[in-house]
Amino acid sequence: MQEIFTAFGEAGRLIAGAEPRLVGIVLLSLRVSLTAVFFASLIGLPLGAAIAIGRFPGRQALIVALNALMGLPPVVVGLLVYLMLSRAGPLGHFGILFTPAAMVVAQTILIVPIIAALSRQVIEDAWQEYREQLRSLGATAFSAARTLLWDTRFSLVIIVLAGFGRAAAEVGAVMIVGGNIEGVTRVMTTAIALETSMGDLPLALGLGIILITLVLILNAGAYWIKEAAQRRYG
Amino acid sequence: MLPLVLDQVCFAVGSKTIIDRVSVEIAEGPRTIILGPNGAGKSVLMRLCHGLFAPTSGSIIWKGATNGRRRQAMVFQRPVMLRRSALANIMYGLELAGISPRERVLRARDVLEAVGLENVADRPARVLSGGEQQRLALARAWALGPEVLFLDEPTANLDPGAAREVESLIGQIRASGTKIVMTTHNLGQAKRLGDEILFLSHGRLVERTPVDSFFIKPASAEADAFIRGELPWN
Amino acid sequence: MELKRRIATGALLLSGLVAASPIALAQKFITVASTTSTENSGLFNHLLPMFEKKTGIAVRVIAQGTGQALDTARRGDADVVFVHAKSAEEKFIGEGHGVKRFPVMYNDFVLVGPQSDPAKIAGDKNITEALKKIKDTAAPFVSRGDKSGTHLAELRLWKIAGIDVGGADKGPWYRAVGQGMGASLNTASSMNGYILTDRATWISFKNRGDLASLVEGDKRLFNQYGVILTNPDRHPNVKKELGQRFIDWIVSREGQKAIAEYKIGGEQLFFPNAGDPGA
Repeated sequence: MQEIFTAFGEAGRLIAGAEPRLVGIVLLSLRVSLTAVFFASLIGLPLGAAIAIGRFPGRQALIVALNALMGLPPVVVGLLVYLMLSRAGPLGHFGILFTPAAMVVAQTILIVPIIAALSRQVIEDAWQEYREQLRSLGATAFSAARTLLWDTRFSLVIIVLAGFGRAAAEVGAVMIVGGNIEGVTRVMTTAIALETSMGDLPLALGLGIILITLVLILNAGAYWIKEAAQRRYG
Repeated sequence: MLPLVLDQVCFAVGSKTIIDRVSVEIAEGPRTIILGPNGAGKSVLMRLCHGLFAPTSGSIIWKGATNGRRRQAMVFQRPVMLRRSALANIMYGLELAGISPRERVLRARDVLEAVGLENVADRPARVLSGGEQQRLALARAWALGPEVLFLDEPTANLDPGAAREVESLIGQIRASGTKIVMTTHNLGQAKRLGDEILFLSHGRLVERTPVDSFFIKPASAEADAFIRGELPWN
Repeated sequence: MELKRRIATGALLLSGLVAASPIALAQKFITVASTTSTENSGLFNHLLPMFEKKTGIAVRVIAQGTGQALDTARRGDADVVFVHAKSAEEKFIGEGHGVKRFPVMYNDFVLVGPQSDPAKIAGDKNITEALKKIKDTAAPFVSRGDKSGTHLAELRLWKIAGIDVGGADKGPWYRAVGQGMGASLNTASSMNGYILTDRATWISFKNRGDLASLVEGDKRLFNQYGVILTNPDRHPNVKKELGQRFIDWIVSREGQKAIAEYKIGGEQLFFPNAGDPGA
């Protein structure tokens, strides 16, 4: 219990000190997770829309599989990506193991199912409502998908935020494919793991508080924008 | 595109027959109203004519010349509006029809003015009242310049004032040269707006009669029972 | 316009954040697979800036257990290994993955445990006798259990003591946690168990709880470190010149002096012995 109070003090001290190494860690965490969620959305949103609107054999099985993949253990994803990117592996010649690029790859893989599965549900629900009208107006499946992606945008923003939250919070994948190298691949979660393993629990908790605060600020920002948009478009 | 010729059209879902060997020719000119008790298959028949479903057997053919574009539109019982402004909703339909961007704005503004909604052009369509949204749906359909307009119980959810406005609008659209095919539960409305009645019962087309004769002396026993049931004081 | 203003602000801030993060510049670097105990001791933070200043070569350290570090190099993912398990290192070279082993430094292990000391070993000078007492009293003992140098050293000592922790003498008192040194110490601290740890990690460990150092000084507790270049013939991507320069530096007088100078709380943690042929 005492550690928690000390932790708030540590967090305050760290923020006030704005030590370059800490700032670097924070910025790297944001860069890796924001980039990952960007690519995951690029892949996951159209994928969710396609599955929501399309009809093809095996669709139900695909939906179940996608939902299940939301629960992919980060450490397993990390291990698989590591085996792919290792010099001994098939993609070793790219040489991106132990760099932020590998971390982005692993986190993207981790979040795509979340974004695809949740957007699939949201868009499928909207499709029920819009289907007849859109088809009556002559929309093809492709243009209907685009229209629905835009029309459900407020729900989709929350889904993307969920994906970001998952990425920013995980440690298993980035630890394995990044290696927690100081100044190169050390992010907030791996730094917290390191400080914990060195027994400096208040510092680890302090870093944790900073991480949570960052994610909170990002969510507040997204809400601020969404709220203005919703007022405008209903 | 007209006349629309249905030949022995059947529509079944599983073992349940919803439309039973309907043959009819819908020609230019008279305002056609489809009447019938609940479950008679009126809405399904409309959707078959509009092309939202395909018949299980039989054929539905537009025998007239076509200029290649989809020249029919449909308005549903509940208007489905996208999360954008009233004007943008109309432009959406025009975009799907391949109209150029500049032409879209002009046509959309014109039709909004014609239906009396020009002062809500930039409001989010979803915050408009039920009556306004239905008029907007009509405007959206009208903007496409359809040869045939299908309407599925367009005033069922509206209060009498809004319903009257919609009826007046349908009259305007008819006057501009569009064929009207409509279903309704409201016999008074059928008398006001219709020229001929197609009476459906249990999926069969039981009679086709000019509107005045239909209400004075229907040709079939089912229609007779129907009118009595709906207007017990008759 | 309110909405557009907000979106523009948000987009600007986000791209600023993403762009501002320092990207490791296209500088010369090598990847060194080492152990968690060495990393946690802070030795690298002391040594590597000196090396980088002198040569312009950045050193990226991946801290894993000895077993995992050697495996990383076996896959060609590290240029140099810097670990502390001589037999495992020699096997690594024997398999053709490493070029040559250079002894670098040693530190020692200490046996820590709860001050209540149920096995009554505090102050013992004989490590194997102490281990026998722990087994006889079935006092909780935490093992790394992760094929690290520390783990292998621990197993060696049990063997010398004639105790078969993997088989006949296994019991609930012996707890293999499969984690790094710090994490294992956390576990030992919270369950008041005995644990073998390297002195460096112990000195800088901040979550001791009720634990204290009970047995130290036995010669068999000495822990030798070696450094090996990954075999470029086997793994063509290995940066052999840069890696060799690191090895040359760390066994040089300058490197060895830097190792000896590293202290925590005035206490020297590592003892350079690159010149010792038997090490």
